[in-house]
Amino acid sequence: MLTMTGIGKSFLGVRVLRDVDLSVAAGEVHAVVGENGAGKSTLMKILAGVHAPDEGRIEIDGGPVSFGHPLDAQRGGVAIIYQEFNLLPERSVAENVFLGREPVRRGLVDRSAMEKATAELLDGLGVHSFRPRDLVRRLSVAQQQVVEIVKALSQNARIVVMDEPTAALAEHEVELLYRLVRRLQERGIAILYISHRLREVFDLADRVTVLKDGARVTTVPTAEVDTDELVRLMVGRELRDYYPPRAEPGSAGEALLSLRKAGNDRLRDIDLDLRAGEIVGIAGLQGSGRTELAKAIFGAEPFTHGEMTPLRPRSVRAAVRAGIGLVTEDRKAEGLALRQSVRDNALLVTRATGRGGGRSVKDLLAAVRISPPRPDQEVRYLSGGNQQKVVLAKWMTVAPKVLLFDEPTRGVDVGAKAAIHELMRGLAADGMAIMMISSELPELIGMSDRVVVLRDGAIAGELPAGPTEEAVMRLAAGEVAA
Amino acid sequence: MKARPQAVQLRGGRVIAHLRDPAQAIYLALFAVLIIGWVLVTIDGGQFVTTENIVGIQQRSAALGIVAVGQTLAILAGSLDLSVAYLISLTSLVAAEAMTGGGMVPAIAVVLAVSALVGMVNGLVITKLKVHAFIATLGVALIIKGVVEHRYDGPAGDVTDSFQRLGYDRIGPVPVSALLWAGVAVAVWFLLRRTRLGYRIYAVGGDEEVARLSGVRTDRVVISAHVLCSICAGIAGLLLAARLGAGSPTVGTDGGYDLESIAAVVLGGTALAGGRGGVAGTVGGVLLLAVLDSIFNQLEVNSFFKDVVRGVVIVVAVAVYARRARERRTTA
Repeated sequence: MLTMTGIGKSFLGVRVLRDVDLSVAAGEVHAVVGENGAGKSTLMKILAGVHAPDEGRIEIDGGPVSFGHPLDAQRGGVAIIYQEFNLLPERSVAENVFLGREPVRRGLVDRSAMEKATAELLDGLGVHSFRPRDLVRRLSVAQQQVVEIVKALSQNARIVVMDEPTAALAEHEVELLYRLVRRLQERGIAILYISHRLREVFDLADRVTVLKDGARVTTVPTAEVDTDELVRLMVGRELRDYYPPRAEPGSAGEALLSLRKAGNDRLRDIDLDLRAGEIVGIAGLQGSGRTELAKAIFGAEPFTHGEMTPLRPRSVRAAVRAGIGLVTEDRKAEGLALRQSVRDNALLVTRATGRGGGRSVKDLLAAVRISPPRPDQEVRYLSGGNQQKVVLAKWMTVAPKVLLFDEPTRGVDVGAKAAIHELMRGLAADGMAIMMISSELPELIGMSDRVVVLRDGAIAGELPAGPTEEAVMRLAAGEVAA
Repeated sequence: MKARPQAVQLRGGRVIAHLRDPAQAIYLALFAVLIIGWVLVTIDGGQFVTTENIVGIQQRSAALGIVAVGQTLAILAGSLDLSVAYLISLTSLVAAEAMTGGGMVPAIAVVLAVSALVGMVNGLVITKLKVHAFIATLGVALIIKGVVEHRYDGPAGDVTDSFQRLGYDRIGPVPVSALLWAGVAVAVWFLLRRTRLGYRIYAVGGDEEVARLSGVRTDRVVISAHVLCSICAGIAGLLLAARLGAGSPTVGTDGGYDLESIAAVVLGGTALAGGRGGVAGTVGGVLLLAVLDSIFNQLEVNSFFKDVVRGVVIVVAVAVYARRARERRTTA
């Protein structure tokens, strides 16, 4: 039904997809798997008309199509269910389903027809837990996903793309999704199913395509591969990047921060020690609670139960005063005041808390090796690497004891990446306790003195320095290692 | 994301949702204020429930009410309009001048056309030039101000006698102006509840990107909302011209219709960010402000104190709504 051939795409000179082929037949569930950054989302956005491909062509039912706008894709029978839903929380289910296509009778919106059609679609899917008139904000995440599916069906979509549909679902809700996917399949709808979770791939998919570094590795019927094989296909690459040498085994000092049975509504029973001189890597799939863990320790979304020593912060301010710092995942939104100068940003934390100070800005910028060091420049004009160094400088003013890094090198070029890695190792050597979250497995493995793997908000296991990517992926995806 | 018996919870939640609905909360508050006012005025030795007073409340609220209903459309669409006060002054003058030379019907037509044009300019500047609504409508307001003040330094024009009846005539205890307001409110309520444009105003104000990805032409929706908002201001200008018997360059700003209308909309529970609320709440908000006014007048309270109380009421109301919205987010 759908054939994509030779798809290529670059952003700002970086090739994110090259020569990717993908096809899906009516009534087929075709899974697309790959590590973070493998190009899955970009490929789907091309199909959705959000991005235009640089190369390659898309055919539906043998005829070439070209989607310049999401609406074109919608009219072409393609519906995408994004990880973040496109719903209006303050409007009813029926209003959301027919948004932009409200049925009218004599010039007026035909509310009852709209609600009836929605009810029929819900019945057809066997969903009776909510009704067309309910407000979307009153629904659970799983129910909102059903609304998205109904919306797709009401557009007569023949190709449905699901991007990580289970990422936000609780275990028992996944069953409902499975049922829905099979119903769509029975109706002859082609489904592209993107997921990290290999169990789902084997449960649902007829075929699976593996992407790695923007290229297609292979497409195989799921019956012909097993988990081991699939994991190998996904991560199979050499550790060719260079990382600074790790700390001597056993050289880690006292625990500067300890968690015992700590949890909140996203995390449970976290036991973790962060020791002086050590870099602890946190691995896990998207939605496993990595960022939530960092934010909980940092007091931004505090733990609600369990113990944390030296103290369980209730606010960011308390955490900073206790010597905890966080280099956030999204430095532009959460780490920096983009329109302010390098100097103002570097002094942000010390000004906010009245702590630290003393070191001159020049000294700081030299310490984090920003080049060229121009304190008056607006931060938004700096490269990603230099921006991240400003974030580091910001924390170094208050000399934290524990520093948490969430995706420290995302969107940073190779040179700056190595510099940031060295800085991190240097800080650890000076006695700081460091926790690092990274979706990039080679980086995580190369930098960490031990790796803690999270799954569904709890610790799935811990691995010593230098684990294989397979071992990490197994724990993260919930496949018990043999 | 917790496990729960959803069907049961949703049905139970509906009753609570009604009680929590700001539009209903504002009428409860209105009722409470009426009782308190009645008690206070009676203790003071006055009479609260008089025909004179009831008519007064309606007349005072009609002009602000019409503007606020229009403002509701702009705010629901995620925008807002600061140009309404000067537009009211302008349209009162246009109406009076046009009636001096010609008939009543052409004058009304000209006023509505001028208003629609101003609304169109507001909408185009916001959507096509991507200027924030606050600045765009403030700029248009200043332009109108310049034009009006350059040409007039006092009341001008002459409104025909038959048209002046709109200002003060009444049927029993109900002034014609209040009927006009009710008509506008019902029309806009109907628009929001039953037309595609109404649905899309909520969608664009709720989340412009979601609306766009669902195939809504968001620019047109915002422009339409502004045209309708300005037309409402034009109708208010007509009403005020009828009351004064002439056009006035200061009638809009004297009434403070720009900020008062926004205050009334927000008091009625419509989210300033757009996408949530409606006309019913706005009508309640306007009435609440008018009743407060009436009570203070009867008690002959110092006007500065009156402003303080109004300010407190608005801030408290919005704080209550914000708290409810927060609770809703954590329970949903």
